[in-house]
Amino acid sequence: MTSRSNQAFLLVLAVLAVLTPLAGGISPYYYDILIGIGINIILAASLNLINGYTGQFSLGHAGFMAVGAYLSSWLTLQAGTPSGPAGLALFAAALLAGSLGAAVAGFAVGAPSLRLRGDYLAIVTLGFNEIIKGTIQNAEPLGAQRGLGGMGKYTGFFSAFACTAVTVLVIHNLVRSTYGRGFLATHGDEIAAESVGLNTTRYKITAFTLGAFFAGLAGGLYAHFKQFIHPEAFGFTRSMDIVVMVILGGMGNMAGVCLAAALLTVLPELLRYVAHLELLPGWLRHVAENRMIIYSLLLIVLMIARPQGLLNFKPAKVKS
Amino acid sequence: MIEFLQQLANGLAQGGIYALIALGYTMIYGVLRFINFAHGDVFMLGAFAGFYVGPWVLRVSGLGPSYAGVALVLLAAMLLCALIGIGIERLCYRPLRDRPRIIVLITAIGVSLLIENVGQLVFGADPKSFPDLVIDRALVLPAWWGRLSALTITLSQVLVLGVTLLLVVLLRYIVNRTRIGLAMRALSLNPTAAQLAGVDLDRVIMFTFGLGSALAGAAGILTSIQQPSIDPLMGISAGLKAFIAAVLGGIGNLPGAVVGGVLIGLIEALVVGYLSPTYRDTIVFAVLILILIFRPAGLLGTVQREKV
Repeated sequence: MTSRSNQAFLLVLAVLAVLTPLAGGISPYYYDILIGIGINIILAASLNLINGYTGQFSLGHAGFMAVGAYLSSWLTLQAGTPSGPAGLALFAAALLAGSLGAAVAGFAVGAPSLRLRGDYLAIVTLGFNEIIKGTIQNAEPLGAQRGLGGMGKYTGFFSAFACTAVTVLVIHNLVRSTYGRGFLATHGDEIAAESVGLNTTRYKITAFTLGAFFAGLAGGLYAHFKQFIHPEAFGFTRSMDIVVMVILGGMGNMAGVCLAAALLTVLPELLRYVAHLELLPGWLRHVAENRMIIYSLLLIVLMIARPQGLLNFKPAKVKS
Repeated sequence: MIEFLQQLANGLAQGGIYALIALGYTMIYGVLRFINFAHGDVFMLGAFAGFYVGPWVLRVSGLGPSYAGVALVLLAAMLLCALIGIGIERLCYRPLRDRPRIIVLITAIGVSLLIENVGQLVFGADPKSFPDLVIDRALVLPAWWGRLSALTITLSQVLVLGVTLLLVVLLRYIVNRTRIGLAMRALSLNPTAAQLAGVDLDRVIMFTFGLGSALAGAAGILTSIQQPSIDPLMGISAGLKAFIAAVLGGIGNLPGAVVGGVLIGLIEALVVGYLSPTYRDTIVFAVLILILIFRPAGLLGTVQREKV
């Protein structure tokens, strides 16, 4: 990290420390949405490293999130969910362990799929997501089909947004470092990148491993906020939610992706409100109830009319 | 032994359905080099076409549950699905013909999600029971089969396999013996050279989408005859399995799609019979990952080198 980003990080932490007592005062409904925004930004930013900067296409991000969520929850449950400083230390250790577990899973996905591209990779990552979900569904110690509950509510405003800041800064600085330019080169033209001596395979695996690490972090935060996790929560729909955030924000555009993550966290709540408006025609209210109809239309229209993303205001790069 | 053969028979009937869907994936991949994610949803629309059109066709034609009735409903669903497939290509994929593949892939995912969710809105999310096009029953096997006559083989299983076989033979004729089939093969071999030789790109792609979607529609009807409970999300799992079948056989390879489909059907039946139904999807996906690691071109495919 450069000294400037060090300062930026310290500034963010200071602002968070000031805001934390304030956040305790807002209503539980808005507090829920707020933490959700932080978790979704971590997920979207980490997927942006894989799908945006490195130009791969992962459809299984929720699988890595599941690994982090289940591993960290299992650890805190085994330790008896203590409270106070011991609890916080345990939570930090469990989060780290969950993230590392997810990183191992990311490596396992990245390594065999390095010879695949585009559509194949999408299906393989989707397959891994299903395999992870299926394994959890069959694992009795993890609650199997019943889900896993009883975790302590360790995640708070400060921990959620400190993790968000770490994720965004690490990924942002990584792709701007000399080493990190290789991610963009792998995206731009793989053969050209290899011909100047870049090991694109290594970049792809690094992107998957690091992206999965942060997805695991988000999973750990999520599990210790909701205090109940279920395999169905980490399926294809969740993965698609994250993909839509990255596409909407513009693949490889960090500010746009974070903004899209926040917007798409609030959108379902707005839609729920719209769905209850009596004066709207019935079919429109039904559409509002199902956010996937809106997401899918958005995907199709965006890809045809504005492939660089809705929230990307940089001029589109001309690409053959 | 009988139990093992029974599982094989069940797997074979299911495999035929996967094969029909996989053929569409493979054909569309052959001409456009992309995976039509929405293909499984066209299969679902085929089943719903049968659900809505079936009773009407049987009533108007005065046939009632019969083989001729099945044939009529099958043709109607295939026609509808062909039109839907052509419409999807025209509206969503044609504007993206020269864009990077990832853009087309995302669009295809969008189309798939749109069909599934609008389907839930229009058809209702709860499972519907498919009308009886034929009266299904277990066949009485002839005595000279010996111990094998203890097998339970249903009329619908025989029907599904027979129709699948017929459609595969028909497809083989179209692809190998007709002008449009020649154009399809030329396009999948070398698009630029094919166009230079006068192949009309738009027309061939339209025809391919129509043909592939019609096969998916037929699979939708056949699967509903076997398992008469249909819902708007039934295309997701079937579509993924069929895609895996296409990759297993070698994507872009027509006999490969059939072999892959049958193999996936058999693997599934054996996992369900001898392991546990909860492992079915997990193991099929594991097959996909193994094949992509050890033989990415598939069982019958040829390796293509990447050129600058």
